[in-house]
Amino acid sequence: MSRISTSFEKLKSEGRKALIPYVTAGDPAPSVTVGLLHGLVEAGADIIELGVPFSDPMADGPVIQLACERALQHNTRLLDVLDMVAEFRKQDTVTPIVLMGYLNPIEIIGYKRFADEAKKAGVDGVLTVDLPPEESDNFNQIMRAHGIDTIYLIAPTTEDERIKYICENGSGYLYYVSVKGVTGSASLNVQEVADKLEDIRQYTDIPLGVGFGIKDADSAKAVSAVADGVIVGSVLVNKIADLVKEHGQIAPQVSAIIKDMRIAMDS
Amino acid sequence: MPTNIDLKALAQLPDSKGHFGPYGGRFVSETLMAALKQLEETYEKLWRDPAFQEEFDRDLAHYVGRPSPLYHASHLSDKVGGAQIYLKREDLNHTGAHKINNTIGQALLAKFTGKPRVIAETGAGQHGVATATVAARLGLECKVYMGAEDVQRQSLNVYRMKLLGAEVIAVESGTRTLKDAMNEAMRDWVTNVDDTFYIIGTAAGPHPYPKLVRDFQCVIGREARQQCLTQIGRLPDALVACVGGGSNAIGLFHPFIEDADVKMFGVEAGGYGIQTGQHAAPLSAGSPGVLHGNRTYLMSDDAGQIIGTHSVSAGLDYPGVGPEHSYLKDIGRAVYVDATDDEAMDAFRALTRIEGIMPAIESSHAVAYAMKLAKEMDKDQTIVVNLSGRGDKDIHTVAQIDGINI
Repeated sequence: MSRISTSFEKLKSEGRKALIPYVTAGDPAPSVTVGLLHGLVEAGADIIELGVPFSDPMADGPVIQLACERALQHNTRLLDVLDMVAEFRKQDTVTPIVLMGYLNPIEIIGYKRFADEAKKAGVDGVLTVDLPPEESDNFNQIMRAHGIDTIYLIAPTTEDERIKYICENGSGYLYYVSVKGVTGSASLNVQEVADKLEDIRQYTDIPLGVGFGIKDADSAKAVSAVADGVIVGSVLVNKIADLVKEHGQIAPQVSAIIKDMRIAMDS
Repeated sequence: MPTNIDLKALAQLPDSKGHFGPYGGRFVSETLMAALKQLEETYEKLWRDPAFQEEFDRDLAHYVGRPSPLYHASHLSDKVGGAQIYLKREDLNHTGAHKINNTIGQALLAKFTGKPRVIAETGAGQHGVATATVAARLGLECKVYMGAEDVQRQSLNVYRMKLLGAEVIAVESGTRTLKDAMNEAMRDWVTNVDDTFYIIGTAAGPHPYPKLVRDFQCVIGREARQQCLTQIGRLPDALVACVGGGSNAIGLFHPFIEDADVKMFGVEAGGYGIQTGQHAAPLSAGSPGVLHGNRTYLMSDDAGQIIGTHSVSAGLDYPGVGPEHSYLKDIGRAVYVDATDDEAMDAFRALTRIEGIMPAIESSHAVAYAMKLAKEMDKDQTIVVNLSGRGDKDIHTVAQIDGINI
């Protein structure tokens, strides 16, 4: 069983939901990232989505665009991100890591080489925002052969027939994008999310994570009542943006946000 | 050209998933998939609908002013000494470029699908103006995204769009040019997908855009083909068009794809010269990758990051290219070359002084290469150059190069 499935199984048996923070690798500097990841786990993160910086993050709002720009100022490449994962794995062999980003950096390296290197580094899943299942036959095969989960998005605009198709292609968990828009934009409507998740559950037993629009402990708690996982990104990256000149403060202050959410979700 | 290509099959592309060989496709985030599928279905239905065709043709005739002339540039041809150069005068269209052919078509799609709001990205501003124009005419709300750098170098077009009632957003992210405008337009679309039609300006982006933009622009090549038969009694020996995203080029090329003896040359922006790395020529110097919804040739570094481009012309200043061009290059049906900033400016001056026709700097790249090509050909051979736009919008840029402040 993959680390991601193991993690969800364990949470389920404890009657808890997964808390999944997103941070961009190399933001604001590569030296910050690994320590930050450990801090997030200590604060109660179950799975980590690690953003791979890209020059043209079309699906992201200004907060994550700027995070990519900061990381790219230090020339943080996909292979550097894998080095960070390998470094993280020296101390943590339990917490799943999902790489989240865009296809072109993977395309340039080649799927096979990427899968080899990612597996070696200890990556558990990959979520490629601009790679829908229609275009990913070959990609899926290679990732599966390496035991790497392929995580796909489902959106409010996704109709039932497609939901079914996506569920057949996804593994690890499915990422429900709770609002139409880019990352960090609007607030979500919990009832609408609950209805859609119920719809999706007709087609699959894969755990359902919900992201976009979760801004604080209250919204994390509300979403955790209806989803299997709560994904939090822009609010953390915003905090990092505030602390670009105080690197030492980043891990403790960002982790504090996760800790609050953890407490709210478990209470 | 290799002789083993099935040209008939080639002309039928893309396949049902929007692929031209390994290129094209639909690489977008999930929220947009439903909208693209809906657009594809609407388009396939309407494109075969006589009522839609009739309205499209009527608008092209009476609003755009088609057919555009095919003009024998005899003075330029004599001066160059070689093949006869003919200009397909898209610069004479309403709003001054080929862009309006496509925006008329897409605005009709918006109208038929009942979307009250249109958005567009623009580089030189020609597509933005063409979009603002059709939006004004159909009473649609219009927002145009334009890189902040392009807003500066194309201030005339910015003001034109505003006069037409469009809101122009200067995009400050990334390299502040066309690619960043396209990112921002995509973000707008994903947020407002229910009531918004995204009018993409070039034959690139996720399926079905490369196909439908091409189909709307093919009026250029269909007319040119017929005009050649009427005016010179046979097909031309070569076609030349500039390639940024490549919509004017594919519009000229496509109706000739099955005419094996007609050579096709796409001219990319060589900027300061390919060897300097400061250019916008992904087909000449890039490699395949994925950006803006399609797999195609791109300018990216060895880590897959998109790299900054340079061209004197805002309309060619783009790191990608339409996927059909990528495939035509790979199989050898079309040949892609480049013209530098300096060569384009020389051609701009030559055409202006010799024929009294002031081309857009984008189109000047095609003229530059055609002048080079003509020299190597015989006097009884012909080249058709797509004069895709007029140069009025570039007067400030040209004056600046001349050190004159107007």
